[in-house]
Amino acid sequence: MLIRLAKRSDVKSSEITPKALYLNRRSLIAGAGAIAGATVFGCDSKAELNKGPGKTTKLENVKEGYRKVGEKDALTAYEAVTGYNNFYEFGTDKGDPAQEAHRLKTRPWTVKVDGLCNKPGTVDIDDILKSNPLEERILRHRCVEGWSMVMPWVGFSLGDFLNSFEPQGSAKFVQFETLVRPEEMIAQKSRFEILPWPYVEGLRMDEAMNPLATLVVGLYGEVLPNQNGAPLRLEVPWKYGFKSIKSIVRVSFVEKEPRNTWKAMQSSEYGFYANVNPNVDHPRWSQATERRIGDVARRKTLMFNGYEEEVASLYAGMDLKKYY
Amino acid sequence: MTDLAAQPPSRNLQKRALKPVVFVLCLLPLAWLGFRAATNDLGFNPIETIVRDLGDWALRFLIIGLAVTPVRRFTGLNAVGRLRRMLGLFAFFYVTLHLVAFIGLDQQFDFAAVWREILKRKFITIGMLAFVILLPLAITSTDGMVRRLGGRAWRRLHRGVYLAGVLGVIHYFMMVKAGLQQPTIYAVILAALLLARLMPAKA
Repeated sequence: MLIRLAKRSDVKSSEITPKALYLNRRSLIAGAGAIAGATVFGCDSKAELNKGPGKTTKLENVKEGYRKVGEKDALTAYEAVTGYNNFYEFGTDKGDPAQEAHRLKTRPWTVKVDGLCNKPGTVDIDDILKSNPLEERILRHRCVEGWSMVMPWVGFSLGDFLNSFEPQGSAKFVQFETLVRPEEMIAQKSRFEILPWPYVEGLRMDEAMNPLATLVVGLYGEVLPNQNGAPLRLEVPWKYGFKSIKSIVRVSFVEKEPRNTWKAMQSSEYGFYANVNPNVDHPRWSQATERRIGDVARRKTLMFNGYEEEVASLYAGMDLKKYY
Repeated sequence: MTDLAAQPPSRNLQKRALKPVVFVLCLLPLAWLGFRAATNDLGFNPIETIVRDLGDWALRFLIIGLAVTPVRRFTGLNAVGRLRRMLGLFAFFYVTLHLVAFIGLDQQFDFAAVWREILKRKFITIGMLAFVILLPLAITSTDGMVRRLGGRAWRRLHRGVYLAGVLGVIHYFMMVKAGLQQPTIYAVILAALLLARLMPAKA
């Protein structure tokens, strides 16, 4: 097993396939021992995986993954993670997705992968689940509105998934699209246009290849609830939540920076990069502090949402006030 | 109360009961919010729920207050005119609670942060401006103040409520990220009420 830290050199080229990037603190501490015997995923570590209330199917063969969180980063309750959502396809109220997302049919589900890659194609969600080793990653999630949560996601590195389609050197960005199915996503039917559909997001290729960029299929050890973006969503923990696109049906390797939905809506407020940054203010919400759901007092927002060590090198030399 | 209720309803009783009944009705939104708080029913971001709910009611009462005169004019129900002051004061009451909730709950009485927010966030600047406009109206709402100011000056001052209503709706529009349905409804009602003022008194 290869134990590696996320360094710029690791992720620069799309040709490198970081097969097993287990960035959890345990494995880093275990260090050489882990290389020798892969003992990191012994019985004890398995026991630490988080359990949900059984509202969706339990996911099997989930290993312990990245979980570098601070002392004050208690997991956000399952009820809050699944009851307080921004998923405008189901309505603009935080409670709407939990109410309305049951209509969404997550099978059959395919993801079309196209654009600048050698092996484009359409993959079935069940094949994605089978071919990517699942791990539980505990990640902070910071919304641009000034609230945050800590979730135990189940998923795998986006980069591993992308590499299997052999992106070409000319692919500078990767673009994602959410499903458009108004019969099931009722807010897409609204006469008042909420957002232009489909919802579009994107990452620079090197961002997408960072092992922390996660494709999520589960939450609290169970199949991802619809309101959280089932059956496949992105989680980019160092960026504001709107970058973490839900219910993905299309992934495209492109040359130009994708026009992500919120930036297209209001470019003075939402940028393409949208890195969590307490020093770059949003016109409507202070980004210096945030309220962790479940807390009363606000807390200081951390640079790159606390993932500076892992991702800061991606933005070396960039003016983050300009590229917000 | 029982012997009063036993009497045949007279116009006089209706007249006397109107204000206390409406007063209690106006407190219901607050009571309901309090009940939800007590029963842990404010959702996963209770502070946001409280601030927004109070803001919604502030705007609703502003609109209800502005509706008094047009309603009286178009229906001939002169009795509602006597509710105008009370409804206006309830609008101010909910605006104040909305502001107090923002300062106390959302910002945890960090006044430096509150001031920064007021200056920096345009929608908060505008909301604050509406409060500043309403404050002297609430202070001068007494009979004594009407006398002291004189009817004309008082009326001119109290026209500020239209501006406060408009600012309140703008404040709501700017706060919403997307999906402008709700603020649009408020804007349409407010516009209709303001247009009603422009119509001649006797149609």
